[in-house]
Amino acid sequence: MGPLLVLAGSGGEIRHKLLDWPWVSDHYDLIWTDLREHVELTVLAVLIGLLISLPLGVLAFRVRSLYGPILAATAVMFTIPSLALFMFLIPWTGLSRTTALIPLVMYTLLILIRNIVTGLDGVSPDVRDAAEGMGMSRRGQLMRVELPLAIPAIVAGVRIATVTTIGLVTITVVVGYGGLGELMLNRGFQLSFYTPVTVGFALVIVMAIAADLILLGVQRLLTPWSAKRFRTAT
Amino acid sequence: MSFFADVWDWFGDGANWTGEEGIPNLTLEHVQVSAAAMFVAVLLALPVGLVLGHLRRGGIVAINVSNVGRAIPSLGLLIVAALIWGVFDTPTGFGWVGSFPVFIALTALAIPPMITNTYVGMANIDADVREAASGMGMNGRQVLSRVELPIALPLIMAGVRTAAVGVVATATLAALVSFGGLGRLIWDGFRAQDYPKMFAGALLVAVLAILVELALALLQRAIVSRGLRRGGDRIVREIEAVDTVLDPATAPQS
Repeated sequence: MGPLLVLAGSGGEIRHKLLDWPWVSDHYDLIWTDLREHVELTVLAVLIGLLISLPLGVLAFRVRSLYGPILAATAVMFTIPSLALFMFLIPWTGLSRTTALIPLVMYTLLILIRNIVTGLDGVSPDVRDAAEGMGMSRRGQLMRVELPLAIPAIVAGVRIATVTTIGLVTITVVVGYGGLGELMLNRGFQLSFYTPVTVGFALVIVMAIAADLILLGVQRLLTPWSAKRFRTAT
Repeated sequence: MSFFADVWDWFGDGANWTGEEGIPNLTLEHVQVSAAAMFVAVLLALPVGLVLGHLRRGGIVAINVSNVGRAIPSLGLLIVAALIWGVFDTPTGFGWVGSFPVFIALTALAIPPMITNTYVGMANIDADVREAASGMGMNGRQVLSRVELPIALPLIMAGVRTAAVGVVATATLAALVSFGGLGRLIWDGFRAQDYPKMFAGALLVAVLAILVELALALLQRAIVSRGLRRGGDRIVREIEAVDTVLDPATAPQS
């Protein structure tokens, strides 16, 4: 396989080929390592985000007066540029995975909490009455009726949070845990070498699409009752 | 606490307030490229969203464009733009945008959330309202500008705010690919292990982002009709309820 396209540079110099297959096949290990790191950081960030958001979302749903402050706090976090957030942490947590993870988790909170509360709000009062009439405790209602019915909205939030996080992980390259950002910035841009940029960019997008589809599948599995009726907004 | 004292001293040092690498000039660079990108992105995205929403056409594209946009890594886009325009020259007539590759990347990132929000804001307007307007003898253009646009404005502004915050954040990353703006302080400070400088830069960027958000929130208050804020709350709330699950309002963060 030859180069796909020669963008510029001195007569198709390898550095300036958009995609140099021999480099790719020589560096499978490197690409795989970065890809795995990218996936790990994303999964960890979204899982921790969900662990924090679920109780906060339920709390905001029940104690309505807390919803405003919780949203405001997470919205301020969401507004702070990621590069700044990573840098705020470096004096304390250094160049560590923790420094990469904390901002990634913080960015998921606004999206997740909003969707959890919206999902819980969407449960029809009739359903709630019926559950209460069946003698379910408040806790039983939440676990067995309200949260399951809120799954489509919650998963919609998880999908958005995941895709957003996949993009953000590229920036954690600044603290040394960049996943595919490592490939794009350090292997590619710093050396004016296009192939790693192309590979990293393409893999990030493929990852985002794959994650989105997988989560859509998870939602279908979790809510078999809504297979036809509920059209999930993405 | 001595770390914060160092940061304070950094701000107090007159040398950090002058020249090309001074706070005023870097802030100006940051704001210039962000404002230029937002200006062009608004001009491109809003008409598309308004027309598609008015005609109720192309909804799948209009809604999904922000999903696709979210999947595109902002740093990747900056790197690609920087590599391309490191090879080609900045086109003539684009001096006002600041750094051209950064401008292109920022514009590309700002467009999707604004198209989606504008479309959703328009498409969710009650059919009764539109019919009443045309029943009063308004033509399509009048319905669009006098009825639909004002009602959709809160959601349109939500899109503009999301895009603007994303643009200011991404402009910070321009420093990673050797361009100016406040990211320079962060990145140069980081590489020189000058942590007070780095921290000061991060502080300035965070304040700028929050100021932009606040300024646009004030603008929104000023231009959204009072009826929609109070009595018309219901309409807005209904639109927002749809919005939350669709979530066009959360753009690619960076």
